[in-house]
Amino acid sequence: MRDTPLSNCERRFLLKAVEEKKRLDGRQTYDYRNIKITFGTDYGCCIVELGRTRVLCQVSCELVPPKDSRPTEGIMFFNLELSPMASPAFEPNRQSELLVMLNRQLERCLRNSKCIDTESLCVVSGEKVWQIRVDVHVLNHDGNLMDAASIAAISALSHFRRPDVAIQGRDITVFSPEERDPIPLSIYHMPICVSFAFFLQGSYLLVDPCEREERVKDGLLVIAMNKHREICSIQSSGGIMLLKDQVLRCSKIASVKVSEITELINKALENDRKIRKEGGKFGFAESMPKERITALKRDEAPVEMTDVQETASEIVNRTETPTEAVSSPVLVAMGTAQVGEGIVNSWGLDEDEEDEPQTEDTKTGSSNCKHTLYICSEKKKRKSTKPSKRK
Amino acid sequence: MSSEIWSPCILRDQERCLLVMMGELSEDLRILSTCKLLQHDSQLLEAVFRTHRLSYETRGSRSKSLHDRAVINCQYSMATFSTAERKRRPHGDRKSSEMSLHLKQTFEAAVLTELYPRSQIDIYVKILQADGGNYSACVNAATLALVDAGIPMRDYVCACTAGFVEDTPLADLCHAEESGGGTSLALALLPRSGNIALLQMDARLHQDHLDALIEAAMTACKGVSKVLDGVVRQHLEEVSVLTRD
Repeated sequence: MRDTPLSNCERRFLLKAVEEKKRLDGRQTYDYRNIKITFGTDYGCCIVELGRTRVLCQVSCELVPPKDSRPTEGIMFFNLELSPMASPAFEPNRQSELLVMLNRQLERCLRNSKCIDTESLCVVSGEKVWQIRVDVHVLNHDGNLMDAASIAAISALSHFRRPDVAIQGRDITVFSPEERDPIPLSIYHMPICVSFAFFLQGSYLLVDPCEREERVKDGLLVIAMNKHREICSIQSSGGIMLLKDQVLRCSKIASVKVSEITELINKALENDRKIRKEGGKFGFAESMPKERITALKRDEAPVEMTDVQETASEIVNRTETPTEAVSSPVLVAMGTAQVGEGIVNSWGLDEDEEDEPQTEDTKTGSSNCKHTLYICSEKKKRKSTKPSKRK
Repeated sequence: MSSEIWSPCILRDQERCLLVMMGELSEDLRILSTCKLLQHDSQLLEAVFRTHRLSYETRGSRSKSLHDRAVINCQYSMATFSTAERKRRPHGDRKSSEMSLHLKQTFEAAVLTELYPRSQIDIYVKILQADGGNYSACVNAATLALVDAGIPMRDYVCACTAGFVEDTPLADLCHAEESGGGTSLALALLPRSGNIALLQMDARLHQDHLDALIEAAMTACKGVSKVLDGVVRQHLEEVSVLTRD
C-alpha cells in the first residue's frame, strides 16, 4: 500500500515549526525520545523502544566453515527487515532504498568498526568457525530506524551468549547451556549511530527525527561513534550540501549523545544480569506492567503554554461580541430542559426537506428545525449535555 | 600499522596521476557523452545517456517522473575482472545498490534538475579495474560525462578519498591502503562553494582527527577539480578545432 502523501499545509507547518526551533512533541532540537531497552528470556534477544519506534533484534550463532580469504576469523552476518507490520508503506519482499541504506549502514557501523573480536570466534582454523547472525526486525516505524536498529543490535550482541566448545584433536564438542555456561562475545566497544536530519537547505538540524519530521527533511547525516569518542562511520545521504563545520559540530553533539545512550545500555544489561543471577523473573512479559488499569495508557502530550494567554486574549478581543443574550432554561418535560431557540439552520438544504415531519427528539439531527440546547439530567445523577451546532 | 602497505612510489598528500579521455568510445547517437577515467590503476568506463522523456512504454516509469524536476537514475556495476580475484557480482546486490544510491544523491544535489521537468537522466558507471577509491573515480567520471553532455550543473563535483595512517593524513588511497585496516574517508565536494555533497567514512577514527582528515580530503578534491577543469577546456579546444574545419 502506498504511503499517504504529506499534505502541503502539514509540510509548511512542520517546516515553520523547525524554523522556530519547536518540535511536534515538545522536545528540544538535540533531545532524544525516551529510550527503553528490554531483554527477552533467551540470551541475545532485545527490544528497543525509541519513543514509539520499536525494533527487535535477535542474535544467533552457528558453526560453519570460514571464508577462504579469512580462515581464522568468524563471520558476522547482519540482516534488517522491514515488514508491513512496521508501517503500511512497507511492502513485503521489496528491496526499497530505505532497506538498502539501513542494512548497509548497520553493516558498516558494526562490521567495519571491528567492535567484535572475530578471531575469538574461530574454533578450528580453516574448518569451523562461529557465524554470528544478527537479525533486526522493525516492529513499528515512527522515525529514526537507524538509531534504534543500532542500539538494538549492539545491546543484543552484548547480551548474547554462545555455547561453549571443547576441541580434542579433530573432535569438536559443543556443550548445551545446561552442561556448561555459555560464553559472552568479546566486544571491544559499542558503536551507536546518531542521526541528524537537515531541513531548509541545511540551515536547521534536528537530532532523532520522528516520522513526520523525516518526511519533510532534506537530508540525513548518520554518525556512528562509541563512548571513547572514536568515530566509527559517517554517512551523509539525501543530497544535501554540508559545510565542514556543520559536520564537526554534529560529531561533537553525537559524542555527548552516545555516552548517554551507552550508559543506558550498560544499566539495562546490568539490571538483566542481576535479575537472572537472583533467580527472579526476566523476559519481555515481565517488562510490561501488569494489573494496572492504565497499563496501556499513553503519556500526556506536552503542550506549550507560554504564550497561550496572550493569544487567547487577542482572539477574544478580535471577535465580535455575540448579539443575542442567552435566555433562561425552560422545563419541557421531566428531565429535559431547553435553553434558547438557537439560530436558523444556514446550511442551505433543499426545500423538499421542509415537508418531512418534524419530530422533536433529543438529538440535534433533524433538519430545518431550530437548533436548541437540551440539558438532560438523569436520575442516576449523571449530567450529559448535548451541545448544539451553533452557526 | 606496518610499513608493508606503503610501496616506495606512493607519495603522501599527492594524487596519483589522473588521465582522462573524453568523448570517445561510442558512435551510438543515444549516448550523448562518454568518459573514460584512469586514476592510477582504477579505470572506469562511464556513459551518460541523453536525457529522455519518461515514456508510456516503460512500465511504471510514468509514476516515477516528477512534475517539476528531472529524475536522475544511476547504475553502478563492477566488471568481474576488476579486482584481483575474479568475482561474479550479481546485479542487484546491496553494495552496488548502495553505491548507485549515493551517486544518485550526489548528482541530484549538483545538477540543475529544475530545468528538465518530467525527464530522466541516466548515468551508467562500470568499473573496469578497481584499485581503491571506486566511489571517487565514479563521481569524477560522471561529472565529466555530464559536462560533456551539456547538462547544466552548479559546479564540478570532485571526489577523493583520504586516510589516516600513524597521525598523517594521506590523500587518494589505493586498495592496499584501504583494506589495510586504516581509516578511509570518501568526500564529494563542490570546490567553489566548499559544500560537501557526500561524506562517507568507515573504520575507527578519533574525533579530534576528523578536522584534519576532512581538510586533507578537501584539498585533494580541489586539486582534482583543477585537473578536471583543464581537461574540459582542452577537450573543448580540440572539438572546436575539428568542427571549425
